[in-house]
Amino acid sequence: MDKATKKVLVDPLHVQNPITLQVLGICSALAVTTKVETALVMSAALTFVLVLSNVSISLLRNKIPGSVRIITQLSIIASLVVVADQLLQAFLFDVAKEISVFVTLIITNCIVMGRAEAFAMQNPPGKSALDGLSNSLGYSWVLIAVGLFRELLGSGKILNYTVFEASADGGWYVSNGLMVLSPSAFFLIGLIIWVQRALSPEMNEED
Amino acid sequence: MEFSNKYIFCFSLLLCLVCSLAVASVHDELKDRQVKNAQQDQQSQVLQAAGILSPDEKLTSEEIEEYFTKIKALLVSRETGESEVVKITSEEFKQDPRSVAKTADGGVDAPEKEAKATGVRRIANKLRVFEVNVPGHECLVLEISGNGLWSTLLGYIALSPDTREVRGITYYSHKETPGLGGEVDNPKWKAQWKDKRALGEDGEVLVEVVKGVATDAEREIDGLAGATITSRGVDSMLKLWLGDHGYGPFLKTKRGAL
Repeated sequence: MDKATKKVLVDPLHVQNPITLQVLGICSALAVTTKVETALVMSAALTFVLVLSNVSISLLRNKIPGSVRIITQLSIIASLVVVADQLLQAFLFDVAKEISVFVTLIITNCIVMGRAEAFAMQNPPGKSALDGLSNSLGYSWVLIAVGLFRELLGSGKILNYTVFEASADGGWYVSNGLMVLSPSAFFLIGLIIWVQRALSPEMNEED
Repeated sequence: MEFSNKYIFCFSLLLCLVCSLAVASVHDELKDRQVKNAQQDQQSQVLQAAGILSPDEKLTSEEIEEYFTKIKALLVSRETGESEVVKITSEEFKQDPRSVAKTADGGVDAPEKEAKATGVRRIANKLRVFEVNVPGHECLVLEISGNGLWSTLLGYIALSPDTREVRGITYYSHKETPGLGGEVDNPKWKAQWKDKRALGEDGEVLVEVVKGVATDAEREIDGLAGATITSRGVDSMLKLWLGDHGYGPFLKTKRGAL
């Protein structure tokens, strides 16, 4: 693997992470991370949309007139999002009931638009697919990490399996009510950003 | 690269066509599945209220259908309490019970006091009841709705066939605070409802959600800690729906018949 491809693949996971460095896609990171299950499904939905939108926009990149390129990208992304939402409602109804609103909001998720405009418009389909995939993974790991902590500390469970027996169900663990509310995701993402920047000082902005 | 206006126009048109065709065909292909999902979701809510299904249990679609051969859907006249057996289509199952009440001749305005307490402004003329005849779980499942703190709670309450006792309660849609008002979902809290006194001889609503811990084990339910308004909302909606303006007349016929 040459150096450029490796950069496309690895950067979004850490030093160019869409959530923790570019601070995009925060809305859904707050909203769907109360449980690992919803975080996983949301990640899958975003991966589906981002990879396919990057590929299709990259395929069309020489055919898209500059004057209508944003609306073209949006139409493609919006169509893919509707398809993803429809698939969830048909095959994963229980989860879809909870996160349907946020799946449709992928349309406005800046990560998707950002990658289309910044990468897919200039690069061939294969590379764009890789870029979409790695950005989705960068988004997904943060979402899942936040979801893991929020579900464990907020309700004593992981993927609905009881780890700490919560006091509401007669156990010993007094669950942390803050963790089930959205602000806790801010705190957790903040902590992740801190750890990342401590590990890689090059992520810090110059004063 | 320069493109002519004609090219841009054709490109946009083609893009719209392709996108809308793709979306439409996916929707068309999956529609039956989605409607069936929504229906079975509602049906399992009815089974939960009736105490047949525990909240974390999942049934296959065949099992749900099997149970529903023993469950009759009734349409009840709110004023007279007369009921007729109906067949509910999948589409109707999906429908929000409140939408019919909003139409001019489908419902009436709720009395002001109750409307204020529950946020229910319109009450439908025809109310839906599920008469469950599953052996060991005979009951009447009624639709209930009303405001909590943030949202409207939609759910079902199951009464014994003579309307004197509660069999169970379940909410399938709400946006209350997780951990506080959201505890209306808590199986432990819901379990309290079983066998509480529901209605008295004259149709007065006996079951009550109190603030704090219940003292009267026959008819009181613990309020949800830290969720006074949600608890009060649950209490008010029961008074409305089980009372004279809701299912009252129908429940009276049931009480008389047995």
